Amino acid sequence: MNILFFASLRELLETDSEQWLDLKGAQTAGDILQQLKQRGEPWVSALSNEQLIISVNQEVSNLNTSISLGDELAFFPPVTGG
Amino acid sequence: MPSNKTQSFGSIRIQEQDFSIETEYALLRKGKLSNIGAICTFTGLVREFGDRKDVTGMFLEHYPGMTEHCLQKILDQAAERWKLNDMTVIHRVGQLTLSEQIVFVGVSSAHRADAFAACEFVMDYLKTEAPFWKKETYTNDSQWVEAKQSDQQRIQKWSNNKT
Repeated sequence: MNILFFASLRELLETDSEQWLDLKGAQTAGDILQQLKQRGEPWVSALSNEQLIISVNQEVSNLNTSISLGDELAFFPPVTGG
Repeated sequence: MPSNKTQSFGSIRIQEQDFSIETEYALLRKGKLSNIGAICTFTGLVREFGDRKDVTGMFLEHYPGMTEHCLQKILDQAAERWKLNDMTVIHRVGQLTLSEQIVFVGVSSAHRADAFAACEFVMDYLKTEAPFWKKETYTNDSQWVEAKQSDQQRIQKWSNNKT
């Protein structure tokens, strides 16, 4: 699974991506989020923002969206293009 | 809104380099069919905003793959809703300076009502859905721009008024 971070979130976490070879029991995007938050700071603060957007395979999703190992997840703040 | 079309509508370009409105207009004018009666274009530019005098420009980040996919869905929705001939969306990324062009939306149609509406629709949805993020750059630091409530409110207009 490929997990991507963008914009201010990317800067807070000091990383733009990571690859997971094992889901460690995670079945939803919310499960992945929980596992990331278990790392402590800055993950807890950065990923607790209620405006955080989650996408699975490039479609905006939510905490309940099912995920599988070959998926691409991304976490990012509200968009500001145009 | 699900699309039954198997072919994607219009063209989308995400690029660092600047674009020429004259070139894009000429391409739209050539058109796919001969029934073009109206062409509507919009250009977004980097403007000096905020109180600070040391603004140097803007950095644009995006999510490669998802931006194109998202913009294509918006174009396909516009094509289902209005009778359009062709459409072009260009969005620049990377470091831009003040007054530079950021985004272009151009649409050709038989009639002006469809052209005007589709152009505005695409811009309104691009601003609330397409994964780009702007960062204001100053002489010595930079700051991410916050999403605006007013952009979310503009979307309501397209649900309330189905023309």
